[in-house]
Amino acid sequence: MDKEVRYQKLREIIKIYLPEDVSIDQVTQDSHFIDELNINSANLVDIVLDVEDAFDIILENEDMDKLLTVKDALQIIDAKIKNK
Amino acid sequence: MGRRVVITGLGVCAPNGVGLHNFTKALQTGVSGVRFQPQLETLKFGCQIAAEPLVKDNLRSHYFTPLQLRGLNASGIVYGVIAGVDAWQDAGLEFASKETPDWDSGILFGTGILGIDKLRESIHLVDDKQVRRLGSTTVLQTMASGISAYLGGILGCGNQVTTNSSACTTGTEGVLMAYERIASGKAERILTGSCSDSGPYVWGGFDAMRILPRNYNQDPTKASRPMSATAAGFVPGSGAGALVLESLESAKARNAPVYAEVLGGAVNSGGQRGEGSMTAPNSEAVQRCIRQAVANAGIKNIAIDSINGHLTATAKDPLEIENWSKALELQGEDFPYVNSFKGLVGHCLAASGSIECVGTVLQLKKGQVFGNVNCEDIHPQILNYVAASKIPQQTIPHAPKIIAKASFGFGDVNACVIFKDCND
Repeated sequence: MDKEVRYQKLREIIKIYLPEDVSIDQVTQDSHFIDELNINSANLVDIVLDVEDAFDIILENEDMDKLLTVKDALQIIDAKIKNK
Repeated sequence: MGRRVVITGLGVCAPNGVGLHNFTKALQTGVSGVRFQPQLETLKFGCQIAAEPLVKDNLRSHYFTPLQLRGLNASGIVYGVIAGVDAWQDAGLEFASKETPDWDSGILFGTGILGIDKLRESIHLVDDKQVRRLGSTTVLQTMASGISAYLGGILGCGNQVTTNSSACTTGTEGVLMAYERIASGKAERILTGSCSDSGPYVWGGFDAMRILPRNYNQDPTKASRPMSATAAGFVPGSGAGALVLESLESAKARNAPVYAEVLGGAVNSGGQRGEGSMTAPNSEAVQRCIRQAVANAGIKNIAIDSINGHLTATAKDPLEIENWSKALELQGEDFPYVNSFKGLVGHCLAASGSIECVGTVLQLKKGQVFGNVNCEDIHPQILNYVAASKIPQQTIPHAPKIIAKASFGFGDVNACVIFKDCND
C-alpha cells in the first residue's frame, strides 16, 4: 500500500467526524485535527480506533499524544506498518 | 394554584406504530405490536414473544447524523429521539439556533436502564482487557440520562435537562414533574417522555420471575390480555412516548394548537408496607394516589368519564379495578369507561407511562375511547365493580371530557394524572 493510498484511506476515516461546516476538501496533510478541523477530542479517540481497524495496527498512548495533524497520523501509520 | 399547563405536541415510537399517525390508527383499529421473537426462542426464554417498535434504517438516518449512528447500540435512545423530536416538531417548535440555547425549554425524559446492548458490548471488551477499544460514546449511551442528553443536544434546550426513573411509573411521573415545573413558572415548555430498550437483557429478568405468558408463543397477538379471566402475565415491550407540555400563556402567544390540558395529578408510594412489597402494590396507597390526583385537579370524581389503567394483564388487574372503584366511589354503570393499551403494545416498562399518556391524549383529540382487545372474557371479579358495557371491546365514538391515567411500578410507586379535553 503506497503513501497516497494510505492518505486517501485516512481521509475517508476523517470525513465522518468533520463538523457540518468543514468539508473534506478542506482537509490537507497539514490540517490540525482539533484546532483547524474542529474535531472534538472525544472523537479523536474514535478516529484512532478506526485507524487501528483500517490498517491493522495498534497505537500506544505515546502515539496518541503525538497525533495532532493529519501528517502526524500518516507518519505514525507508516512507522507502524513498517515495524509489523 | 399555579399556571395552567397544556399539551401542544405528541410523539411516539410504539410497538404497534412508529409515528403519531400509525400509532393512532393502530389504537383505533386494534393493530397489535406483539410478535414472536426468534432470538428469545434461541435463548430458551419461557416467553418468546415481545412488543418492540419496528424502526427502519432509513428512518434512523432521518433523526441521527452518520457520526451519531456509528456504534450506536442503544435502542432506547433511538426510540426516545424519534418520539422526542417528533413531539417537538408536532408542537411547531424549532431547534434552537447554533449559538444560543432556548433558556425557557427543558427536557425531562426518563428511562429504566439505557443502552444495555452497548453495556454488554463494553463488558466483553473490558473483560478481554480491551478497555481502550470502548470508544467515546460508551458512557453517553449507557448513562441513564443519555436520552435527555441526546435530545438536549438536538433541540438545544437551556432549561432543566434531566432524567427520571421510577420503574413502570416513569413516563406518567415525568408528565407530572414537567407539569409542576411549568405551573410554578420555572419553565415555559418541557419535552417529557420516557423510553425503554428492547432485547433479552432487559426482558430476561422478568422471564426469570415467571410473570410473562409462556403459552402464547404460537399466538402472539392473543398473549396480552388485560382485564381478562385468562390473563396470563404481561408481554414485555419497549419503545418511547413523548409530550410537549407548555404554559397556556406560551401556547396562546404562539398560536399553538392544544391537544389537552393537564389538570394535575399525584404521585406516592405504598412504602412496601401493609400488602405492598417491592413488586406488589399497597392498595391504600393506590387509592390515596387516585383521590389526591382528583383533588389536585380540582374536579369531582363523577367528572372522570374515562380511565386508562395500568392494567398489565396479570392476576393483579382485578385489584387495580377494585382500587379505582373504591377511590372514585363509582361502580357498575357509573364507573367510567376503562381501557388498557397493553393488549396491543404489551408492557413497555419504563416507556409504558409515556406511550399510554400519548394514547390517552389522542382519545381526547379524536373524541373516542379506543377499544380493548383480548378481554372478551372479562374477569368475573372485575364485573363486580364495572359494568361490561364500560369496558369497550372496540373503539367507540364516546368523546371523553376528562380522562384519568395511572401507572404503577416496582418499588410500590404510583402516579396518576388527569387530562382534560380542550376542544371547546
